[in-house]
Amino acid sequence: MARRGISEINAGSMADIAFLLLIFFLVTTTMDTDTGLIRKLPPPIDEPLEDNDKVKKRNIFEVLVNANDQLLVEGKYIQVTDLRAQAKEFIKSNPSFPNVVNEDNPSYPDMPEFKMTEIPVFGNMYISKQIISLQNDNGTSYEMYIKVQNELVGAYNELRNELAQHRFGTTYSELVQKSGSSDAAKDKMKAIKKTYPQRISEAEPKKVGGAE
Amino acid sequence: MSKFRKRGKKEQPAVNTASLPDIVFMLLFFFMVTTVMRETSLKVINVTPKATEVSKLERKSLVAYIYIGKPIKALQGVYGTAPRIQLNDAFEELEVIPMFVDMEKKDRDPKERNRITWSLKVDQDTKMGIVSEVKQALRKENALKINYSTKKTDKISN
Repeated sequence: MARRGISEINAGSMADIAFLLLIFFLVTTTMDTDTGLIRKLPPPIDEPLEDNDKVKKRNIFEVLVNANDQLLVEGKYIQVTDLRAQAKEFIKSNPSFPNVVNEDNPSYPDMPEFKMTEIPVFGNMYISKQIISLQNDNGTSYEMYIKVQNELVGAYNELRNELAQHRFGTTYSELVQKSGSSDAAKDKMKAIKKTYPQRISEAEPKKVGGAE
Repeated sequence: MSKFRKRGKKEQPAVNTASLPDIVFMLLFFFMVTTVMRETSLKVINVTPKATEVSKLERKSLVAYIYIGKPIKALQGVYGTAPRIQLNDAFEELEVIPMFVDMEKKDRDPKERNRITWSLKVDQDTKMGIVSEVKQALRKENALKINYSTKKTDKISN
């Protein structure tokens, strides 16, 4: 240290001060970005739906969850791990199934109708009229509800991924990522979205099953 | 740093620590930039369920949070163990949700008011009854874009 003039400030404790601050920010930091399942609620309605808005039963994939977290899908009791495969089968279905309703025939497949629709990139295609109807009980646990939602969203995502892989050799999630920068990817994404439109309808919950 | 007295003859010189403050500062700035301070203190037990098909919420400024769950242990003596709704920093009743929606909308730019995501942070042990009521209340207020806050996982079990 020079004796003449003003002596230099001792910077030895600089590291200590910085460490103190560093530890403070280390402790207070929360790195978690919020993740979740994004859904859209239906707009509020004042009047009940008219009768001609009713959907044919064969187009509906009925999912019921009761207060004991049990799952009833299309009248059958199944496990939540089997739900995705069944939902996929229903959403994809097959346009060659008979379009004429013949409820007397036991072998008549309870699968949705198809309608010729124009899709931007693909041209005319048979698009299923599928709707997934989800109804839960007031006593259903939130954990179960999310599992069911997750499986249904997963079924759509997997089908979209398969279609994207088949048509464009890429996954749907990649298309979604690229859609911000590339118009071509955006069109492809929209086409796939229109081929497998996500239609999950949630009925108002019933109080059955005796909970609360 | 030759201030340290050498005890033995064979000892190696001390490591130069002059760049230590620089390293620490670098780390410090990293954490300062990435840090997000908690805006609310949780008054409910909040363990969100796990899911595989999650997506990230993009703009944090356009997210409003609604917490639902049992009151935390310290508050259970006063509030009991029935699930409660927490908005901002306080327990609220269902009737307050319209006001909450209005307030959150007023806080945002008029152009972006319809793009607010309503993030439901619900404890996994909650029953759907209260969640459905909140959803119906949000629906009446035209707050339609909702997000069920979940953690990412690779596989779900039965």
